[in-house]
Amino acid sequence: MHNRSMKIFLAGLFVIAVVLPSINLAMSGQLMPNYFVGLLGKYICYALLAVSLDLVWGYCGILSLGHGAFFALGGYAMGMHLMREIGPRGVYGNPILPDFMVFLNWDKLPWFWLGFDHFWFAALMCLIVPGLLALIFGYFAFRSRVNGVYMSIITQAMTYALLLAFFRNEMGFGGNNGLTDFKDVLGFDLQSHTTRTALLILSAIALAAGLLISSAITNSKLGRVLVAVRDGEMRTRFLGYRVEHYKLFVFTVSAMMAGVAGALYTPQVGIINPGEFSTANSIEIVIWVALGGRGTLVGAAMGAILISLAKTLLTGWLPELWIFALGLIFILVTIFMPEGVLGKIKSSKGGLERLRNIFSDRSLS
Amino acid sequence: MKLLGFFLLLLFPLYAGAQNFESLVRELPNGGYSERGEVISQILKSGDKRIVITLQALSDGALYASEETGDIFIGEKDDLVDFFTQENLDVTSDSSIKKIKVNNKLRRLIQTGIIQAQHFSPLVSDRMQAAEHAFKDADPERIEILQEALVQEQDESVTAELKQAINATILKTDADIEMKKQAILELSALGAKARSPLSVIADVPELSEAYEEALLIIKNKERVQKFGQNMWYGLSLGSVLLLAAIGLAITFGVMGVINMAHGEMIMIGAYTTYVVQEIIRNNAPALFEYSLFIAIPCAFVIAGLVGVVIERFVVRYLYGRPLETLLATWGVSLILQQLTRSIFGPNNREVGNPAWMSGSVEFIGINFTWSRVWILIFATVIFLSLMWFLNKTLFGTQIRAVTQNRSMAANMGISTGKVDALAFGLGAGIAGLAGVALSQIDNVSPNLGQGYIVDSFMVVVFGGAGSLWGTVFGALTLGVATKLFEPVVGAVMAKIIILVGIILFIQRKPRGLFAIRGRAAE
Amino acid sequence: MTALLYLDGVNRSFDGFKAINNLSLYIEPCELRAIIGPNGAGKTTMMDIITGKTRPDSGEVFWNEKVDLTKHDETEIARLGIGRKFQKPTVFETLSVAENIELSLKADRSVWATLFARSSSVVEGKINALLEEVALLEFRDKLSGELSHGQKQWLEIAMLLAQEPELLLIDEPAGGMTDAETMRTAELFKKLAKKHTLIVVEHDMDFIRALDCKVTVLHQGTVIAEGSLEHVSNNKEVMEVYLGR
Repeated sequence: MHNRSMKIFLAGLFVIAVVLPSINLAMSGQLMPNYFVGLLGKYICYALLAVSLDLVWGYCGILSLGHGAFFALGGYAMGMHLMREIGPRGVYGNPILPDFMVFLNWDKLPWFWLGFDHFWFAALMCLIVPGLLALIFGYFAFRSRVNGVYMSIITQAMTYALLLAFFRNEMGFGGNNGLTDFKDVLGFDLQSHTTRTALLILSAIALAAGLLISSAITNSKLGRVLVAVRDGEMRTRFLGYRVEHYKLFVFTVSAMMAGVAGALYTPQVGIINPGEFSTANSIEIVIWVALGGRGTLVGAAMGAILISLAKTLLTGWLPELWIFALGLIFILVTIFMPEGVLGKIKSSKGGLERLRNIFSDRSLS
Repeated sequence: MKLLGFFLLLLFPLYAGAQNFESLVRELPNGGYSERGEVISQILKSGDKRIVITLQALSDGALYASEETGDIFIGEKDDLVDFFTQENLDVTSDSSIKKIKVNNKLRRLIQTGIIQAQHFSPLVSDRMQAAEHAFKDADPERIEILQEALVQEQDESVTAELKQAINATILKTDADIEMKKQAILELSALGAKARSPLSVIADVPELSEAYEEALLIIKNKERVQKFGQNMWYGLSLGSVLLLAAIGLAITFGVMGVINMAHGEMIMIGAYTTYVVQEIIRNNAPALFEYSLFIAIPCAFVIAGLVGVVIERFVVRYLYGRPLETLLATWGVSLILQQLTRSIFGPNNREVGNPAWMSGSVEFIGINFTWSRVWILIFATVIFLSLMWFLNKTLFGTQIRAVTQNRSMAANMGISTGKVDALAFGLGAGIAGLAGVALSQIDNVSPNLGQGYIVDSFMVVVFGGAGSLWGTVFGALTLGVATKLFEPVVGAVMAKIIILVGIILFIQRKPRGLFAIRGRAAE
Repeated sequence: MTALLYLDGVNRSFDGFKAINNLSLYIEPCELRAIIGPNGAGKTTMMDIITGKTRPDSGEVFWNEKVDLTKHDETEIARLGIGRKFQKPTVFETLSVAENIELSLKADRSVWATLFARSSSVVEGKINALLEEVALLEFRDKLSGELSHGQKQWLEIAMLLAQEPELLLIDEPAGGMTDAETMRTAELFKKLAKKHTLIVVEHDMDFIRALDCKVTVLHQGTVIAEGSLEHVSNNKEVMEVYLGR
């Protein structure tokens, strides 16, 4: 079942995010408008983010409210590179300093911006920065056995602290405007149809890779240890497993995955700002996973796409209604469908099988 | 009229002065400046309460007289009030009404007269005010009056103020160096306040040593005062945090339920205050001063009822699943915010401060804002009542019984469902009360609650879930720590430092400062 | 004679309540020891202290006379070779029966080793053999959460065996078992005691009798009698606090 849903999803992803956009490109954009390609790319980044959260929450029981932060950090790392690529084309025409630094009367690039003119360096940072933060934060948290809601609350505090920090102009990340006005990536114009299609395909590849890596992890013996930790942390310790190492591993991998999602998100949306660090964003990721079905990976990805799609449609139509709808989704899913849509499908199929078994037993006797 | 006055004079000897004062005021327009000076001197001796107001108005050119009727008016030319009857008369077009003129000589006479009158006024507040003015002006010409006043003064605080006023004044006179040095030393004890009177001797070479010494003392004093001020700010922030978190301490700490809509309960309390004030403004403006007292029970009941509804329709299906509760209550929070936005609009609503909530008072060099003082008192009262409620009432005992051993409590006939709902309602109601208080110092908008939710959780987690004392300690510690960091690193950095500090703290003590230990907690 | 496990003068209190009060215990290698005592006698807390879940306030806990167990956490103690079965059967409910055993099997417990672990016929054989022993082979691929209470007990015993520990701490194994199963368990334990050391906490007197071993009676966190079941049954204090009631 698990593998089948994965195959169906990957096939669908291939058609919608690779084949169709390629045809569209060949037809010079008659099939889907440019903004739709960008929108699709955004959804796919969200899907990858949801998969990364499902890995820690669905399998290891860590409800992280810090994944919005890991996502944003990846986004900022990529945004910094895009800022450097603007070069002298900014409003102030400064070849080294981004516009906002000129505006703040800074005379040189802060040390932590060094190296971001190289794409490879920025790409590496998209993985390393969120990964390192998760590693350090997780090391302390898991070592002290912070778990359950306490873990949620302190990851929320971490995200909130980062939100406040990134709002500050002095931090050197553009303050509340964030990073924007990007021109191109690796020399390709970000507004061009080809670049956008390429980014979309790249996002689809990243999502597929994320799903495959996650499913490889969860199907390994390590994956079963994670589930064991989720179901009985104490028991797992008494079996001789160093629980904190397992949590740290999956938390860090997941944070890096979220960072990649953020890195792909920034060029497609064209802006990254401190709003990405908001509590609401991080909690929204959780509901994507909850709706799709936690511990199903594919369900998480579908949940993200479904809710984002609904958000786009409803906010365009009746913005007030969207918040009510989102609130209701939170309540109804947690009360009536804690296993999520895909989990529900799975368990009802299991139920059918059981029912069939009962009947076949009767017919035998 | 005179006869009547005479009779009154006989009957009520107390009114003699008043009568005398009034007729003297009527005399004011007559004659030239010298006659007027004579009348002013007599008015000053009359001992009437209205001397200061009258003469100040005269000095400011705000006293008018009608040439025809002899009536006296006070105010601006186009907005005059009858001096005796306080009647608001439309006399703008009456050309017979003329300003009673004074020259500089009369003004000086009035000013010294007023000061003197104030210094020897029977009211302590008048004398205090005079002494404070004398300190600020440090007018060498007034030194004799001050010394005379000092001799007669009985009140301690006025005496102290007068002494400092004399000290400040001495520095401007040609008194001898030793006297001045003594004055400098005494002044320096005032701290920051002494800076301006001391500035006059900054360039006097003979006093430079004493001056430097005084500056050092002042700096130290200022440091202490600043510290005291920051401590107060911290305490005040702590009381706000306590108010915001105390409801959470019940739902999260005692019941183990994560209520992400807790901030919205605060918001509901604030909006209730707004609605109550609107109703009062439109129907009974006289009650405005008491609007908060009316809002308090309303906010408690409304937020509490919303809490009960949330518990009955959402939370109760999720007991034992804290992470799901977190998600569901976040959904509730979104809905409540949007509902508020739909009803009241997205902008800030104006909630007024009653007079007793406005202004501030200075005490031992620290400025206390009344609203903050009241909030501290309010938080204390709520905390103590809650302690009493949980420990001394049947319902409180039931709440504790259910939290400690649900099934045993149920076996003993406690309706656990009812207790859950009411305890949740209690937590929400208290958040509503916090909303009433916070409406006085914060913007009342649909996002009000979001600003408090992270902080409240930090307080409860830091203090240790399940311990109300822990919540108090957590709130005050975080408040004071934030305000002590703020002057050094700025407001945002202070907050970040505190958050990081708490995150590190939780690593060391995952269950908070006042954690409940033992097997039951594991 | 060297002691495998050695507790001396151990104290532990919770909020003023003395759960363990000057407890001393001495277990020899390959010993089978039964521990009895009324509720609240400190049996579970004693196990928590041995397995590192709870730290004693004072006293010594030594393993093989060299290793100070109070300085190690649960994971390290488990890796030393001390296995534990809980009073309430705790199995990983959303994993299959076989997977529960797989995770328990003695193997490298590091993250990398588990990430790249491949199932092999040797592992499968071990799993099947263990499940055979506890008569759960037919439920191999069933979710362990769907097992009955007694089956979970057996599964947990199998998990304990899979760890191949030197010392087995077993908390109330007979709960939820039929009489026949209880007797089978006792036989199994006696067989195990040939190669392993076992400490069994139990209420069921028939079971203790079947074990036919040295019995320690705990009361209010301290040892009040020790010896054969017959010996302790005749102890006055024991009769007073436990059997006599």
